Amino acid sequence: MAVNMFRRCPDSGLYFHKSAESLMKAHAVLGVVFLLIGGLFGLLVALTRAPGIHLLDAETFYMALTTHGTAILIFWIIAFEMAVLYFASSTLLRCRPAAPAIGWLGFVLMLLGSVITTIAFFRGNSSVMFTSYVPMPAEPIFYLGLILFAVGALIGCFIFLATLVVAKSENTYDGSIPLVTFGALTATIIAVFTIASGAVILIPTLLWSMGFISNIDPAMYRVVWWALGHSSQQINVAAHVSIWYAIAAIVFGAKPMSEKVSRGAFLLYILFLQLASAHHILTDPGISSTWKVFNTSYAMYLAVLASMIHGLTVPGCIEVAQRKKGYTNGLFEWLRKAPWDNPVFSGMFMSLIIFGFIGGITGVVMGTEQINLIIHNTIFVPAHFHATVAVGTTLAFMSITFFLIPVVFRRKLIWPTLCKWQPYLFAGGMTIMILLLLGAGTLGVPRRHWDVNFTDAALQFEFAGTAISMLGMAVVGSIIGSIGGALFCLIAVGSLIFGEKLDKGATFLSSFGFPMAASSYDIAQPDKLELAPIEDTGHGGEATEAKGTFVLALVFLATFVIYFFINAKYLSSLWPMS
Amino acid sequence: MSIMPPSRRIWWNEPIHKIEITWVIIALVWCLVLFLWMPYWHVYGKQNLSNESYKTTAELFEAKTEAMVEKYTVRTETDGEIPVVAPPAGSDVYLLGRLWDWYPILELEQGKSYRLHMSSLDYQHGFSLQPVNINLQILPQYETVITLTPSRAGEYGIVCNEYCGVGHHQMLGKIIVK
Repeated sequence: MAVNMFRRCPDSGLYFHKSAESLMKAHAVLGVVFLLIGGLFGLLVALTRAPGIHLLDAETFYMALTTHGTAILIFWIIAFEMAVLYFASSTLLRCRPAAPAIGWLGFVLMLLGSVITTIAFFRGNSSVMFTSYVPMPAEPIFYLGLILFAVGALIGCFIFLATLVVAKSENTYDGSIPLVTFGALTATIIAVFTIASGAVILIPTLLWSMGFISNIDPAMYRVVWWALGHSSQQINVAAHVSIWYAIAAIVFGAKPMSEKVSRGAFLLYILFLQLASAHHILTDPGISSTWKVFNTSYAMYLAVLASMIHGLTVPGCIEVAQRKKGYTNGLFEWLRKAPWDNPVFSGMFMSLIIFGFIGGITGVVMGTEQINLIIHNTIFVPAHFHATVAVGTTLAFMSITFFLIPVVFRRKLIWPTLCKWQPYLFAGGMTIMILLLLGAGTLGVPRRHWDVNFTDAALQFEFAGTAISMLGMAVVGSIIGSIGGALFCLIAVGSLIFGEKLDKGATFLSSFGFPMAASSYDIAQPDKLELAPIEDTGHGGEATEAKGTFVLALVFLATFVIYFFINAKYLSSLWPMS
Repeated sequence: MSIMPPSRRIWWNEPIHKIEITWVIIALVWCLVLFLWMPYWHVYGKQNLSNESYKTTAELFEAKTEAMVEKYTVRTETDGEIPVVAPPAGSDVYLLGRLWDWYPILELEQGKSYRLHMSSLDYQHGFSLQPVNINLQILPQYETVITLTPSRAGEYGIVCNEYCGVGHHQMLGKIIVK
């Protein structure tokens, strides 16, 4: 093997294998295209939902909502996650990707599947929402596209696993895999479970929509479908937590406070996170309370425990790293003096805070079996998952993209000032929208609803004025957030085309194309990846303890406890029922 | 560095930060409180879901509802002449969801308990009693039964909060409590 397939990025010191790098780029671009499509439809949804604007007609609204949900929750996020998997295996372990040709097959299936399902949306006969609850039928190609996409993603997962085997057998690294790769492995294991569940439910549903099966039991559908629907969001959690750790390492050189605790928390995800599909069926008939209580609590909240651990250890490792650099004054100098104008950091940190404080707390509260009664299917639910997925996952992915564009595509980011502002616009807008929708949802406003004033209904009902005005004001947040999202897409695409080339002499295509110029790859096999250097991680040392983070964690806990009991009190005011 | 292999090969023997272990214990305790709260509420709380539900069919459920409507209708409302049904306290009351209404209108007495049976004749629907804010998933082929005790007089709307097609936003029902 005389062919040189690796290059070393002079800025980051990371090694990229030519095939893995091309696959990474392809998946990331596919993802961003769907972020753009999904985001655009999201804005249309927001502009229609606001009672004062009411942009689209009902039929188009429900089509737009189906497109928005599926394009973002499945196509954008999973495509980008595949790029993360190639990065976490081939790049971080300095190893060739296993079977890149099959990797391309996976990519083509994902591309094909996403295009087919998108065509189904635009044909207008598949406005069944992301959840496609039976017996409401979509066109067969709706399910077919999803199945093809899932098979493609499954191939990507197995290539990730095979690449870990290659790295081990070819001895490209010393010791254990890095924490970030461990987190990506967690995401992959969850993804395999998720996609298998998806196959179990979507293949029969496809056959049903084609007339080969006469009935799909709606209760069974919901139980199995949510093993796809919720679990796919758990892939995101494992993936974006890994990215938080990666960014902490990249920006601050932070190392985990202790490997054992962080990895243990990922292990809890593997063991318990999947039970959460039960959150969606807490008010369903045919399922016992015992089952609901056990599953909705992830077996006594052990996966919540895992997230609470990451919530401490990610900022904690940043604090330790910052304190070692001398930011030791008071509780929060390390945080105040963090690089808030670097979008890689600011985006990541807001992702962490909003995911935890808003997404995490609301998720656990509404996932409590009885409290779910006051929240099920209200607009509180989308508000919750915009905190977890739009701000938590998407913003984390945006942040790492700001790092990857120069490193992988070898282009400077365009519009540095706007880059600085992008995370604040996106997170700020989304947070305004989320808080207002949480409020409206608490007052009972339904989700997936074209007209909460019920103008054409035979009977009449009026929601509280506050509920309707919160729904109306939420659009302001949606618009600001959309500007932030659009700005991200513009910066990402614009930098690939107009960004200053970091490798002089690269031609237009080769500097961002598939693949890069062959001459860039001048290394046959990088040196073996060494163990991280041993350094003081702050054990016992007064100056390097993560005291500030601990205080933040206690504030988080207090918020959590108060919010939980406020909702329990609200529940107790309902009509008695048993 | 989290993007490099752990600095010690035997990383699982490294000591844990005091702050980390303290937080793990605090978080675990809170998780157990959250968990135990649910069985606690089943025993001491007044708002719980029943475990009672049955398989049914659209025809069967519609027939049961119509039987109740015939027996207990007291008047009709609106141009569509929607029946208002006032079943006796403690009895079995039927409410069906279909494209796109909740049928019939129910008139209940404050402080009395009713066994409310719900099902859908077609797609999935969401029973959302407003502004009380009780929300339940209603499935076709399944009959959900809850015992409900209206505690305040007034007129309440039943919104559908599960997407059920292009007329979803017109789907309303009503419960009158006297």
